Amino acid sequence: MPKLYFDIAHTLAGSLVLLSFVMLYQRRLGALVNVLALHAVVLALSVAWQAHIQGLPHLYITAAIALVFKAIVVPMALRRMIVMLGIHREIETVTGIGLSMLAGIGLVALSMAVMLPATAGVDPVAREDIALALSVVLIGLLLMVTRRNAVSQVVGFLSLENGIVLAATGAQGMPLVVEISVAFSILIALIVIGIFLFRIRERFDTVDVQALDRFRGERR
Amino acid sequence: MLTALLLCAVALLAVSVLAVLGYGGGRRGVAGGAVATTLVYGGCLAVSALAFVLALAALLGGVTAGLTVPLGLPWLGAHFRLDALSAAFLVLVTLGAAGASFYALGYGQHAEAPMRVLPFYPVFLAGMLLVPLADDAYAFLLCWELMSLASWALVLAEPRPEENARAGYLYIVMASFGTLALLLAFGLLAGPEGHYAFAEMRGAERTPLTSALVLTLAILGAGSKAGLVPLHVWLPLAHPAAPSHVSALMSGVMTKVAVYAFIRIVFDLVGQPEWWWSIPILTLGGSTAALGVLHALMERDLKRLLAYSTIENIGIVFIGLGLALAFEASGYRAAAALALTAALFHAFNHTLFKSALFYGAGAVLTATHGERNIERLGGLIHRMPVSSAAVLVAAMAAAALPPLNGFVSEWLAFQAILVSPDLPQWGLKFLIPTVGMLLALAAALAASCFVRAYGIAWLGRPRTAAAAEAVETDRFSSAAMLGCAALCVLFGLFPGLVIDALAPVTEGLVGARMPAQLGQAWLSIVPIADSRSSYNGVLVFLFIVASAMMAAAAIHRFASRALRRAPPWDCGFPNLSPSMQYTGTSLSQPLRRVFGPVVFRSREHVEMPLPGSVAPARIVRQRQDLVWEFLYLPIGRAVGRATEVLNHLQFLTIRRYLVFVFLSLVLLLLGLGLWS
Repeated sequence: MPKLYFDIAHTLAGSLVLLSFVMLYQRRLGALVNVLALHAVVLALSVAWQAHIQGLPHLYITAAIALVFKAIVVPMALRRMIVMLGIHREIETVTGIGLSMLAGIGLVALSMAVMLPATAGVDPVAREDIALALSVVLIGLLLMVTRRNAVSQVVGFLSLENGIVLAATGAQGMPLVVEISVAFSILIALIVIGIFLFRIRERFDTVDVQALDRFRGERR
Repeated sequence: MLTALLLCAVALLAVSVLAVLGYGGGRRGVAGGAVATTLVYGGCLAVSALAFVLALAALLGGVTAGLTVPLGLPWLGAHFRLDALSAAFLVLVTLGAAGASFYALGYGQHAEAPMRVLPFYPVFLAGMLLVPLADDAYAFLLCWELMSLASWALVLAEPRPEENARAGYLYIVMASFGTLALLLAFGLLAGPEGHYAFAEMRGAERTPLTSALVLTLAILGAGSKAGLVPLHVWLPLAHPAAPSHVSALMSGVMTKVAVYAFIRIVFDLVGQPEWWWSIPILTLGGSTAALGVLHALMERDLKRLLAYSTIENIGIVFIGLGLALAFEASGYRAAAALALTAALFHAFNHTLFKSALFYGAGAVLTATHGERNIERLGGLIHRMPVSSAAVLVAAMAAAALPPLNGFVSEWLAFQAILVSPDLPQWGLKFLIPTVGMLLALAAALAASCFVRAYGIAWLGRPRTAAAAEAVETDRFSSAAMLGCAALCVLFGLFPGLVIDALAPVTEGLVGARMPAQLGQAWLSIVPIADSRSSYNGVLVFLFIVASAMMAAAAIHRFASRALRRAPPWDCGFPNLSPSMQYTGTSLSQPLRRVFGPVVFRSREHVEMPLPGSVAPARIVRQRQDLVWEFLYLPIGRAVGRATEVLNHLQFLTIRRYLVFVFLSLVLLLLGLGLWS
């Protein structure tokens, strides 16, 4: 039943984009991390579905990695960090929420406009996947750019990485080794960033990156 | 034979390593330096002499060979090839290298810091030896850069801090620019599939626009190395800054390697030329010849004067190349062969006489403890008779006087210009005679330039104590100079030897050759046909000798032979001193008055002292280098402003950088979306 396969894959990838928009909308750190966990769960489902369609068992391992690391370990670590850093307050955004939502919509339109003509002739499942994955990547970047809080920049970075995994699994043929090493590099990045966050907090009593700029004597 | 030549290059590199090891492991200090000097230059001399024999045999024997060495890029390897063109230039390179190494056996012993020269000198030679052999873009550019960087190190070798630092900086900037242009040219030639081997470039199809771009980049890349105006600014600074034997190599040989690169790209790799390609080359060649010699006429620094004269000669070579392109594009293959032969012959001649002149300048530097200003020299012909005789012959060749070799090649260029009315394009019918006028002007000015240089520095009475105490140079240096001068005479008397040796080159490039010269009666040379024109060096030589002897005999017959000593007419000044002689500045004043206001925007005014003051009156001369002022300074200012603006980018916040990354990504995607 190819039509159903396609619809389910499309729905899962679409919900990733939708969850990215939710992150863009979210003002509270705790909720943001929850959405990130959900994002990773949906990613795991999507990857598992791809494994089922393509009949590639090693993608199940990818899905399991996504589920364990990105949906459970990383959000727990982030939540712990938030508690230890004592930052429950709202996130300061650079632009208004509405404006960044509009920008996100524009980015989705852009990635559709770029990717659909570029991948003409490819398997339709992969086509849609890649277009949606590019939207997730772009919205992740937008999240990093429009937030001033360092933790939310980390969240943006992680969601960006989810988009890359989505594209890679859709494209049929990413070796398992690559996926595993990417997962580990993400973990290491998280550790490094976590250490840095604590160091920054120790020094400046805040994780608002504006403080760093003030320290460097920058005009804004 | 190709393998042997490549081994020669490897041997040169080994000599460089040995120089460092030998100096480091052996006795340090003056004695160790002297031993290392002899070893390095002796080794270079042996290797280049061997390579010269090989290259000459390859040229005369018509050897063509290819070889792929598994070095360099892993899937490409390094291709090397020996054909007539590369063999001809290898003869030139190795001859210049052997001469310079022989000269340096004596001259190099005077170096203040030998280890700043010795390791780089063999590398420089190896680079110049490898460039004509390279048969793919990667190997070519690698060897080219080897040559550039080694010569850059040699420019910085002499301890004259601030002057050489500026020369070295300008040189490295211009050399990098030239290599960039060549890199882009090869990129265009290779096409989107990346065929970097020359063999694949030759057959490829190209649009006219691509070919024109390749031509432009070749002019920029090779021209900046050869010293085409307006890319010449580094040359008169960098060439004289190096030790004299290296100056001779840079002027006499390295510029020819650049000419080789130009010929290889434009005549060989690009394919069939368009007729209008000759217009920029002829224009640049003509203005280079005229401007180079005008600068040389104004110059007082002996080595810099020679460097400017190099620019002039490169202009003449490029005029020949432009003519050859014009004829080839219109199908006049015999005329194209004539023009190309003239260009190659002149390149060869220039190597000979410019090497001798730079050796002579080096001998003067050694004898006078570093005096380069011709206004402070004089009377050297009495103190250094052997080297002065060699320099005189070379200067006459540079001034294109018959029966020397410089005259023959310029005469051939004029013969090619005289054929130009046959061309169908009206633009060229007007342009080529104009270029011919510039060439004639350059030849005449070159003669006056060398009369001035020789007359002021070598004739007359010494103007300073340093010049008065000069002594003849060592035997190696004199022998090298005399050898070059003898070759100048030889190829002036028997130019047919060179012309016939160059025939396979022109056959390979333009598909025709000049008529065979060695069979002609009385050893004359005939460029096109007997009925049009011919030249006989031997007859001219005999005529000059006979008429000179007859004049001398007549004078001695009709005048008294008795030696009389009497005070000459002293214009009313009782005490004649050396400072009352003509100076270089005064000798070139009429020409400066004629050309100065236009070409250099020069001004002269007299500063009179106030009434009652005892200060002397002074003549103040000002001249500007218009190319420097209106091309290089604006570019320098623009780069400075741009860096100031871009400098702010170094101090942004992380979020700003992220914004830049994000925006550029979105912009690129937008462009991609709109493009399709």
